[in-house]
Amino acid sequence: MLSQKTKETLLGPLNVNNPVVVQVLGICSALAVTVQLKPALVMGIAVTIIVALSNVIISLLRNTIPMRIRIIVQLVVVAALVTLVSEVLKAFAYDVAMQLSVYIGLIITNCILMGRLEAFAMTNKPWDSLLDGLGNGFGYAIILIIVAFFRELLGSGSLLGYQVIPDSWYAAGYENCGMMMMPAMALILVGCIIWAHRSLNKEEK
Amino acid sequence: MKLNTNSNVYTIVYATIVVIVVAVLLALAHMGLKDTQDEKVKLDQQKQMLVALRYDLKNCPNPAATYEELVVDTLQMTEDNEKANIIRFHLPDGATKYVLRLHGAGLWGGIGGYIAMDEDKNTIYGINFNHESETPGLGALIVEEPFRKQFEGKQIRNEAGKMVSIAVMKQGKTCEAGEKYQVDAVSGATITSTGVSDMLHENLCTEYADFLKVEPKTEEE
Repeated sequence: MLSQKTKETLLGPLNVNNPVVVQVLGICSALAVTVQLKPALVMGIAVTIIVALSNVIISLLRNTIPMRIRIIVQLVVVAALVTLVSEVLKAFAYDVAMQLSVYIGLIITNCILMGRLEAFAMTNKPWDSLLDGLGNGFGYAIILIIVAFFRELLGSGSLLGYQVIPDSWYAAGYENCGMMMMPAMALILVGCIIWAHRSLNKEEK
Repeated sequence: MKLNTNSNVYTIVYATIVVIVVAVLLALAHMGLKDTQDEKVKLDQQKQMLVALRYDLKNCPNPAATYEELVVDTLQMTEDNEKANIIRFHLPDGATKYVLRLHGAGLWGGIGGYIAMDEDKNTIYGINFNHESETPGLGALIVEEPFRKQFEGKQIRNEAGKMVSIAVMKQGKTCEAGEKYQVDAVSGATITSTGVSDMLHENLCTEYADFLKVEPKTEEE
């Protein structure tokens, strides 16, 4: 159904060309929003939607955009989408919007977005750009979710806000790892993921 | 039709159109969503007040309804300060509580909260904090129960009836007013803790001084 090339565009960023662990983009927000699973999920979805839509829009406009102001046009499109997402979140997911606070606004500066727009959408057709955006968005989201999973599980003993470590463990002396709440642990976890990822993909050089 | 996409006129016209389209779009979205957003903000404030009144939101499926049940009236400050307001509640057990809105500054941004006072305007019934951007795991711990619980039952005036507020002190240190009038700070979050301390002092001793003073002079003096 999908040609080899489209498959690569969509699925490549999930693994061999992952924006976070291979291209090492978007690290800043990966540290900030992964204390709990829920904000990480929302952030992953928000970035996926924004990167996919802005990719399509820029790809549609790519032949009309004046070269000299192309970065500005890209930025305006991204900023508009981010503001829209932020407004929608404030209206329909207020708690999460508060938790993500400035990081929604900072999606604008997420290197994944500008990187994909400049490297892909400016030279490719809308359909491919959509797939590329979705792929990169998911690639980013998946890392966020893995990191948030471990941080919430080990740091708060819960997942998505529901307690999963039974009280009997706490009674037996188990303690939540406070370190997991610190942004530094996210970096260490991302490092571990990169390590595992590289050893699994040796042949990719 | 071959347009020169690099000419100055084209560039300027293009930029203008893009900006106007985006501006109109965002303005429409903002106007369309404003009501829902305001509602959410209001609901969030009501939830925070319920927490200050020692309500566990987990056992409270419909916070808005609970709020409506308990609230009596709003005693707005005379000053035109919208951040300061006092709301009177009647709890199911018949007790009257006053919830005062607090606002101050933490390390990275504003902090705020709601303090629920008993009818004597002296004893703290419960308290709740919120913050814009304190450090997760450190300053942000002020919103957690262990920190908040410390305030319950504390008195904000000393035996002589003087307003002393509640100080947030590092473990092992004692504030001027004495041990009864302090709580333990969050370790590792000195500036946030000091911010909470200052916020309480400023709000209770200045902002709400008139309201809290109205107290008829009791046996002393």
